Amino acid sequence: MTENYLKLQFYSHPRNQAFARDAVAAFCLELEPSLTALSDIKTAVSEAVTNCTVHAYRGATGIVTVECIIEDKSLHIKVSDEGKGIEDVAQAVQPFYTSLPSDERSGMGFTIMQTFMDEFKVDSEKGKGTVVYMTKSFKAEVENA
Amino acid sequence: MQVTGTMRGRDLYISLSGEMDECSAQDARTKCDKLIENNLNARKIIINLSEVAFMDSTGIGFLIGRYKKANKLSIPLYIHKPNFAADKILNLSGIYSLIPKAE
Repeated sequence: MTENYLKLQFYSHPRNQAFARDAVAAFCLELEPSLTALSDIKTAVSEAVTNCTVHAYRGATGIVTVECIIEDKSLHIKVSDEGKGIEDVAQAVQPFYTSLPSDERSGMGFTIMQTFMDEFKVDSEKGKGTVVYMTKSFKAEVENA
Repeated sequence: MQVTGTMRGRDLYISLSGEMDECSAQDARTKCDKLIENNLNARKIIINLSEVAFMDSTGIGFLIGRYKKANKLSIPLYIHKPNFAADKILNLSGIYSLIPKAE
C-alpha cells in the first residue's frame, strides 16, 4: 500500500524549478537518503520540470504536476504537463539531442534522469503533453550495488 | 547566482556561487560574458564552481557557451573545484575533454 503521497501543482515559471526539486527532496527525507541520492533526485526533478518550462510550454505559462509516492522503500516520481508533447521520444532521449541547439542547451536532460534514477520512462503524445516516471530505490541491495 | 571576477596576474578567475538552473543561467551568462569581454588580455580563464550548491544540465550548456566564447578569443578555459554532484554531471557529459579541470 502507499505509505506516503505528495502532489504539487504549479505554474511552469522558471522560478518554481528550485521550489519543485527542494520540495521533492524534503518529502523523501523519511527514506533517509544519502547525500548522493538526494542530489541525484533533486537533479532529476530539476531536469524534468525544466523540460516543462522550456519545451512543453515554450516559455508560456502552463501547469506542471509533480506527484510522489513512497512505497516499499522506493520513491516514485511522476512529472506531467499538458504542453506540446514530444514527437519522437526515442530521438529526444538520445544523449546530446536537443530541439533547441541555438539556446545553449546541452541535450543531456533525459540522459541525466535515466542515469541518476533507477527506473525511468517517458510517455508523450503530440499536442496533449508529456509524463515522465522516475523511481529511486532505497532497498538495501540496491544501495550496496 | 553570484558571479565574481578576479584577475590574478594575467589569469581571470570567475567564481560562481548559488544554484545553477534554467532560472539563474541567463543572468549568469550575461555577467560572465561581461567579465570575459572586460578582460580580453587574460591568458586563461578559470571558472570556480566550489560555491555552486546545485547544478543541473543547464550548467553544461552554460559552460559550453562560455567555452565557445573563450575559444573564439583564443583564451583557454578551465573548470575549478566542482562539488561531487556537479562533477558527476560534468563527467557524464564528457565536458572535461573540452574544458579541463584546473589543478
